[in-house]
Amino acid sequence: MFAAFLQYLFSGLTSGAIYALAGLGFAIIYNASHVINFAQGEFIMIGGMASATLVAAGVPMPLAITLAMIISMAVGVALEKFAIEPARNADVVTIIIITIGASIFMRGAAQIIWDKEFHSLPAFSGEIPIAVLGATLMPQSLWVFGVAAVVIVALWWFFNRTMFGKAMLATSHNRLAAQLVGVGVKKVLLASFALSALLGAVGGIVVTPITFTNYEAGIMLGLKGFSAAVLGGLGNGGGAIVGGLIVGIAEALASGYLSSAYKDAIAFVIILFVLFFMPNGLFGKRGTDRV
Amino acid sequence: MGTLLEIKGLTSHYGRIQALKGIDVTVGEGELVALVGANGAGKTSLLRCISGVQPISGGTISFDGKDITGLAGEKRVPLGISQSPEGRQVFGPMSVEDNLRLGAYIRKGPTIAEDMQRMYEMFPILYKKRELPAGTLSGGQQQMLAIARALMARPRVLLLDEPSMGLAPLLVEEIFQTIVTLKQAGTTIFLVEQNAYAALAIADRGYVLETGSVVLSDSGQALLSNEKVKEAYLGL
Repeated sequence: MFAAFLQYLFSGLTSGAIYALAGLGFAIIYNASHVINFAQGEFIMIGGMASATLVAAGVPMPLAITLAMIISMAVGVALEKFAIEPARNADVVTIIIITIGASIFMRGAAQIIWDKEFHSLPAFSGEIPIAVLGATLMPQSLWVFGVAAVVIVALWWFFNRTMFGKAMLATSHNRLAAQLVGVGVKKVLLASFALSALLGAVGGIVVTPITFTNYEAGIMLGLKGFSAAVLGGLGNGGGAIVGGLIVGIAEALASGYLSSAYKDAIAFVIILFVLFFMPNGLFGKRGTDRV
Repeated sequence: MGTLLEIKGLTSHYGRIQALKGIDVTVGEGELVALVGANGAGKTSLLRCISGVQPISGGTISFDGKDITGLAGEKRVPLGISQSPEGRQVFGPMSVEDNLRLGAYIRKGPTIAEDMQRMYEMFPILYKKRELPAGTLSGGQQQMLAIARALMARPRVLLLDEPSMGLAPLLVEEIFQTIVTLKQAGTTIFLVEQNAYAALAIADRGYVLETGSVVLSDSGQALLSNEKVKEAYLGL
């Protein structure tokens, strides 16, 4: 009984960590621009696909991973420069639709550049399972937890200890005031896309040895990251992390105890529940302002 | 006394509505210039154009002899144009200290900490509350923070937009006292106010703005005793 529960928990935490990273990606772009970037999942896909094909082509793993992160960031920057920035005077809704278009474009491009097959990456430190209280844990899951934790700490440091990070936060709180103290909000927007793309790529790379990846792997991962961000309260970084873990654990438990057919439905049930009963999410700010 | 800020024929639109209809304003080095006018006259629009956060449809703005009409807003702050905006606009969830530090975003080096100390000496209440989120401060304290944040950029001209708005009379007096102190220390100030009496009383020169045009300009004292100003703005 307990061993099975623990097994589900491990698998839930593993995917939850990836959803958390994707959710953070949503939060960062949302904070900089109030845009929900529906191409976030594609950053995850590009990270996974690029690293997998580079390794398969004989590039040493550390170099392949670095290149995959750079490629994903370049795509994020290009998306902002060529699709988002030219439309900066448009409605937020229009820009959101642009990101949906961009995600379809990226999936199409991935089919052409790569193929429609599934790709994998070798596990970073072997595939010998570790026994924990009757359940088994894959070493790659430990990589996922560790990398996610390092990324989260690094992000916390960036937003709370560096001037540019604080300027990005300040822009999300009050764009006019940020401009008036000399923060270049264009630069902030560009940085938010680069950072979100990097987060997505890191998630995609560490999880590919477990889940494999293909050109459309980003759809589900992106939507679940979105559920995580909505559950935690859009724009709240800590909320996105908690939301990601809840979504991951909930779907692992549901597929274990109910049926694996319901696995993907769980995230959407959570979204609907949040939108109906607590539209601000768990930690979101209330939609009121002091005037 | 040289001219620091010179605005010529400035026009600006909100969509099809013209907010500014050819404004000419100059601010000299070390001067305290007040711009008074009713709600909706275009005072805030003018300040936002000077800071480069609102598009201009015509005219020129020059600063220290350089044309800055097309310069991006964030590049004007390093030149020395800093604004305390209408409604204070502090970074609510961030600490008072972070708000001040962000005021010096464009600066580097140890002088920032010294300036922060000076701000805390000028506004001791901010020191007491330095670790609290700025949004928890009272209106008057937020106004002090907004002014201190603008000063942290070490501006050559300080733009103040409605610093007395929504404050109790006692606090209004305190804020105006601060402005006088800043002027005496040599800061060039362009003050925009609905509170015409208080603003003109401390100003070297003043402009009266009505529906997007400057209708009067004179020394502060002369405007205070001008019959039209008395009637329209001072309620005398």
